[in-house]
Amino acid sequence: MSWLLPPHASSYAADIDWLYYLILIITGIAFLVVQIGLVWFIIKYRARPNGKALYTHGFAKAEWIWTSVTAVVVVVIGLLSAGVWDRIKGRDSIPPGAIPIGIHGKQFEWHISYPGADGQLGTGDDLSIRNQLHLPLNKPVVATLTSEDAIHSFFIPAFRIKQDAVPGMTIRVWFQPTDTGTFELACAELCGLGHYRMRAVVTVHAEAEYQRWLDERGRAAAASPTALLQR
Amino acid sequence: MASTAAVVHEPALEHAHADDRPFIRKYIFSTDHKIIGIQFLLMSLFFLLIGGMLAMVIRWQLGFPGRAMPGGGVLPETMAPGGIVLPEFYNSLVTMHGTFMVFFAIMPLLVGVFGNYLIPLKIGAPDMAFPRINMASFWIAVPAGLIMLAGFFVEGGHAAAGWTGYAPLSANPELTGVSLGQQLWCVSLIILGLSSIMGSFNYITTIINMRAPGMIWFRLPLSIWALFITAILVLLAMPILSGALIMLLFDQTLGTHFFLPAQGGQPLLWQHLFWFFGHPEVYILILPAMGMVSDIIANGSRKPIFGYTSMVLAIIAIGALGWGVWGHHMFMSGMNPTLGTGFMISTLLISVPSAIKTFNWMGTMWGGNIRFHVPMLHAVAFVSMFVIGGLSGVFMATTPVDIYIHDTYFIVAHLHYVLFGGSLFAIFAAVTFWYPKMFGRLMNPLWGKVHFWLTFIFFNAVFFPMHGLGAQGHMRRIYDPTEYEFLAPLQGVNRMITISAFLLFTAQIIFLVNFIAGWFKGAKAGPNPWQDNGLEWATPSPPPHGNFPVTPHVYRGPYEFSSPLAVDDDYLPQSRKLETDREPAVLPAGD
Repeated sequence: MSWLLPPHASSYAADIDWLYYLILIITGIAFLVVQIGLVWFIIKYRARPNGKALYTHGFAKAEWIWTSVTAVVVVVIGLLSAGVWDRIKGRDSIPPGAIPIGIHGKQFEWHISYPGADGQLGTGDDLSIRNQLHLPLNKPVVATLTSEDAIHSFFIPAFRIKQDAVPGMTIRVWFQPTDTGTFELACAELCGLGHYRMRAVVTVHAEAEYQRWLDERGRAAAASPTALLQR
Repeated sequence: MASTAAVVHEPALEHAHADDRPFIRKYIFSTDHKIIGIQFLLMSLFFLLIGGMLAMVIRWQLGFPGRAMPGGGVLPETMAPGGIVLPEFYNSLVTMHGTFMVFFAIMPLLVGVFGNYLIPLKIGAPDMAFPRINMASFWIAVPAGLIMLAGFFVEGGHAAAGWTGYAPLSANPELTGVSLGQQLWCVSLIILGLSSIMGSFNYITTIINMRAPGMIWFRLPLSIWALFITAILVLLAMPILSGALIMLLFDQTLGTHFFLPAQGGQPLLWQHLFWFFGHPEVYILILPAMGMVSDIIANGSRKPIFGYTSMVLAIIAIGALGWGVWGHHMFMSGMNPTLGTGFMISTLLISVPSAIKTFNWMGTMWGGNIRFHVPMLHAVAFVSMFVIGGLSGVFMATTPVDIYIHDTYFIVAHLHYVLFGGSLFAIFAAVTFWYPKMFGRLMNPLWGKVHFWLTFIFFNAVFFPMHGLGAQGHMRRIYDPTEYEFLAPLQGVNRMITISAFLLFTAQIIFLVNFIAGWFKGAKAGPNPWQDNGLEWATPSPPPHGNFPVTPHVYRGPYEFSSPLAVDDDYLPQSRKLETDREPAVLPAGD
C-alpha cells in the first residue's frame, strides 16, 4: 500500500501534494527517531540480574530542546500551510473571470448547472444535467455548492478539492483542471443510505471541444427541456 | 466531613475488619468505589465486545461487498437478508460501532473504571467523597446502555447518521428513514452524560479534599493528575453535548428546527456544539491513558518518571488547549476559511505537549533496568502507536492537506491509532497492571504475552494500510467501495485488512478467557506483585472496605524507583517512613 498520492490534475494540486510530502518527510523522521529509540532502549536497557537503573528525575535542558524544536517545526508547517490554504479556499481566492457552475447535491445525485449564452447562472437559459460535470481545460471554474436535503461533500480526488454542500448555505469553491480526460466526483460526507453511490463523472475537454459540447447540449435542452434531467 | 474522613483512623479500621453488609449492598448496589470500578469494568468490556462485533460486520462488507456473511443468516431481514448487509444497516453499523466504542467502551473503561478504582486508593482515601452519587453514576449508565442496545430492535432500525450525528441527517427522519432509533440514541447519550457528570464532580472533590497526609499535589501519581484534569474536562464538556442532544431530540419530536435549514435552522450549529464537546472528549479518551502508562513505564523501567513537572504541565496544557481546536473537524464544513487558519495553528500547537510526553516516556526508559511484564509491553506499545496517531494528526491539522484527506480512510487510520493503538493498549496495560489489586490474583503472564503480540501485529496489519487507502482518496463510511473506478484497485488491500481484522478480533478471545480464568484460577498476587510505590500497593489485594487499615502517611513522590535511599530494594513506597523522613502535617495541603 502506497503512501504516494495518485496523479493530480488541477492547478493547485501540486501545492497540496508538496505540503503532504513535506509533512510525510518531517513526520517520517520523527517516526524513525521515536521507534528506533524505543527499540534501542528496549534492547539496551532490558533488565539484567543485579542490574541497576540510573536514578534521575530528568534534565531541564533536554525538556527545553525537544519542546522548542517541536514548537518551531509545527509553527513552520503552519506558516507554509496558511498561504496555500488562503490561495485555495480564502474568501478572495476565486480568480476573476472564473466560469460559474452550479452544483446542487440531492440524495443521492449531483445536479449540475451550466450557464447559457449569457455566461451567468440563475438565468432562464441555464443548462442542467445530472451526475455529469464537464469542464474546459486550464480555465478556472467556480462551483456554487448547495444542497437539497442532507450535508453532502463535493470531492474530486484528482483535483485535490473537497467542500461540503450544506443545506441552507451557498458555498463557492474554485478549481482549475490541468488535464483532459475523465475523473470521478464522489460524495465524501455520509448523507443517507445511497451515500456510497452518489457519484458523478467529471470530463475535462479542450476548450473548443467544451464549447461545442455546451452548445450541443444547450440546443438539445431547448428542443426538449425535460429530456436531459430524465436520462 | 469528607475532608476529615481521610485522617480519622478508627472508623476505617472498623470497616476493614467487620464488613457485614448483605450481598446486594456489597456487590450490586454498592457504594464502595472498588466494586463500582469493577462493575464499570464488566459493563464496558461487554460493550467493547459489542463494538468489536459491529466492526467485524463492517469489515466483512468492505472486504467482500455484496457477499453473504458467514453466519449472517441469523440477522433479521431488515438488517441483512440472506446474510447480505443492507446499505441502511451498514450506516447503522458505522454509527453504532463509533457510539459504543467511544461512549460505552473507551470512555467508561478509562474514566469510569480507573477513575473510580484508582483515585481513592492512590491518594490514600477510604472511598469517594460522595459514595452514593458514585453508585448512582453506575446505575444510571446501565439503563443508558440498555436503551442504546434497544435501538437495534425498533422499527426503522438504529441511528444511521454517524456517531457524530450530523444534522440535518440526524434531525429529519425523512432523510434516513430512522426515527425511533435516532431518538433512543439521543436519550441514551443524555442519560449517559448525567452519569459522567456525577462521576466527574465526585473525582474532582475527592482529589482536592481527601488526599492522605503528605500527599501534596506534586506527589500525586501522573495517573491521578490525568484523571483530575480529565474529570474537569468531562464536567465542562458533557453538558454541552447534553444540551445539543436535547435540541436534536426536540427537532426530531417536537417540531423545533434548531438544525433544520428549511425553517431557518443551522446545520453548522450542531457541528460547532458537537465538536466543542467532541474535541475535549478526544482528550478525555487519551489523558487517563497517558497518565496510567506513565505509572506503568516508570514501574517497568525501575526509574523515576523523566521530567515529572513537565509531564504535569503537559497534561494541563493539553487539557486547556483542547478547548480551542474543535474547528479542525470543520475545515471543509463551510466555516469561514480564516477561522480555519486559526484552528490549524492551535491544533498544531497541541503537538508540543504531546511531544513532551513522548520524549519523557522515552527518557524514563533510557538508562532503565526494564522489566517486560505484560502491562509494560502494552505501555511501550502505547507509546509507539500513539506516536503514529499523533504524527498522522499533523496531516489533518494542516488545512490544505486536509482538503484532500478529510473524510477518507486516512482519518480512520489516525483515529484508530489514537483510540485503539493509544487508549486501548493503555487499557490493556492498566487492566493487567491493576487486575491483581482488583481480584487478588494474577492473570496468566504467558497468555498475556501471546495476546499482546497477536494484538500488536494484527492491529498494525488492520490500521497501517488504511493510511495508504486514505492517500489514494478512499472515502470513509461508504457501503461499497467497488462503486468507484478509482477505488477498484484498492479492493485487495480492503480484503487483507478484513482478514487481519478477523484475526485481531479472534486474538481478543485470549484476553477474555485469561481475564475470566484469572479471577478463579490465577496465582495469588499478594499486596504488591509489581514492586510498585503507589499507596494502593501498601494495602491487601483486594483491599478491604475502607481501603486502608490505617490511613497512610505519604513521605515522597510515587516514582522513587532505584533510589539510593532504598537499600535492599529498587523501589521505595510512598508510605514507607525512613529515619530521615519528617511526619507530614495531618491535614492535607489544600485545606
